Amino acid sequence: MNQLDTKRKDKIALKSIFMNGIIKENPVLVLLLGTCPTLAVTTSAVNGLGMGISTMIVLIFSNVFISIFKNIIPSRVRIPAYIVIIAGFVTVVGFVVKAYAPGIDKALGIFLPLIVVNCIILGRAEMFASRKSVLESTFDGAGMGIGFTLALLLIGTTRELLGSGMIFGISITSSLIEPMGIFLMPPGGFFVFGCMIALVNKIMKTKKITPKQEMGCAGCPSSASCNLSTVQEDLEKNKSEGDK
Amino acid sequence: MKEILIILMSVIIVDNFVLSKFLGICPFLGVSKKLNAAVGMSLAVTFVMIIATAVTYPIYKFLLVQYNLEYLQTIVFILVIASLVQLVEIILKKYVPILQRSLGIYLPLITTNCAVLGVTLLNIKDEYTYIQSLVNSLGAGLGFLLAMVLFSGIRQRIEHNNIPLSFKGVPSILIAASIVALSFMGFGGVIEGLFI
Repeated sequence: MNQLDTKRKDKIALKSIFMNGIIKENPVLVLLLGTCPTLAVTTSAVNGLGMGISTMIVLIFSNVFISIFKNIIPSRVRIPAYIVIIAGFVTVVGFVVKAYAPGIDKALGIFLPLIVVNCIILGRAEMFASRKSVLESTFDGAGMGIGFTLALLLIGTTRELLGSGMIFGISITSSLIEPMGIFLMPPGGFFVFGCMIALVNKIMKTKKITPKQEMGCAGCPSSASCNLSTVQEDLEKNKSEGDK
Repeated sequence: MKEILIILMSVIIVDNFVLSKFLGICPFLGVSKKLNAAVGMSLAVTFVMIIATAVTYPIYKFLLVQYNLEYLQTIVFILVIASLVQLVEIILKKYVPILQRSLGIYLPLITTNCAVLGVTLLNIKDEYTYIQSLVNSLGAGLGFLLAMVLFSGIRQRIEHNNIPLSFKGVPSILIAASIVALSFMGFGGVIEGLFI
């Protein structure tokens, strides 16, 4: 009986870890992480999907492996060790994409190798995988990865529809309205992303969901690895010393 | 000489790293609140970009290409940049403490800044020579500085304006960035015409 209960509890916990990444802590639209690829590759739904899936695969594998090796890696060199693990998977994924989807490889360009420095991955490694079990880390990676993919797909679809009147290359509104090419260019990226975040803010407010973490350093999952919080302390210290 | 000037100017203005290539957006959104921090961060980024290019370019050309190891590019570059940042911090601390006090605090942030890895990868991809790569990195850093300084001013003005609640904060900055990026697009084609 007791065993059954714990099993069920485990299942619920895993589900909440999984869903967390998709909605409540969506890495792109709520936590505002990984903004560079979000803006750069979402010129079409296919590109957004390709980038999202590539990142998700790297995220799941790096989470799993970091979780496996968490007790072996000395804590002082953990960040370089994580980076090597992540970079290894990024290289593998890069080859797979190049071999089987050369079109996407060309569209993503240097943003494919730049998955290495995507703060979502290092942030999850530091905040989650290095503390939790392998199974939990897998679900966390999958949830975050799907959240990232869905956000990119949403922005990519919007930009493609407005910019070329198509979705996944199928003409939808291009015969009705003149497509606005500006949405495929950098300004359109900033604009659509800004509006999406505002929309999410609005929905969160009306549904009274308070986002778990605020924008800013204390809320950023990678703050532990990027040291911005210590930077600000240093800044304030320097300032007060200067005043003296 | 003309070619180098064209590379420098176009990477600062036309192909601005933040506004048209979308590299280094995180620090752009995070650190551009105050002018001092924005300038310090950008100078540190420029410095690391140039050093990273100076080191990774020969490693790629003389080590990786020589032994057919081009596929290790990503791993090698990120490791070189990470250790370089640490090294620079230690050296600055020991020999130029003044510089360390103003730039050093931003250095740990830079390892995971995609603009730095991005510029080293782009130099290889665009097949620049060594000198051209260094100039390109300098320009990329200066372009980053330009965007950061511009936005520290814009943000200070936006913050006191009465904007819709859901647009407060990051969305308003992204919309502002969209307008500035639009105006920067107007520079396209101007640079080549300047040096005829």
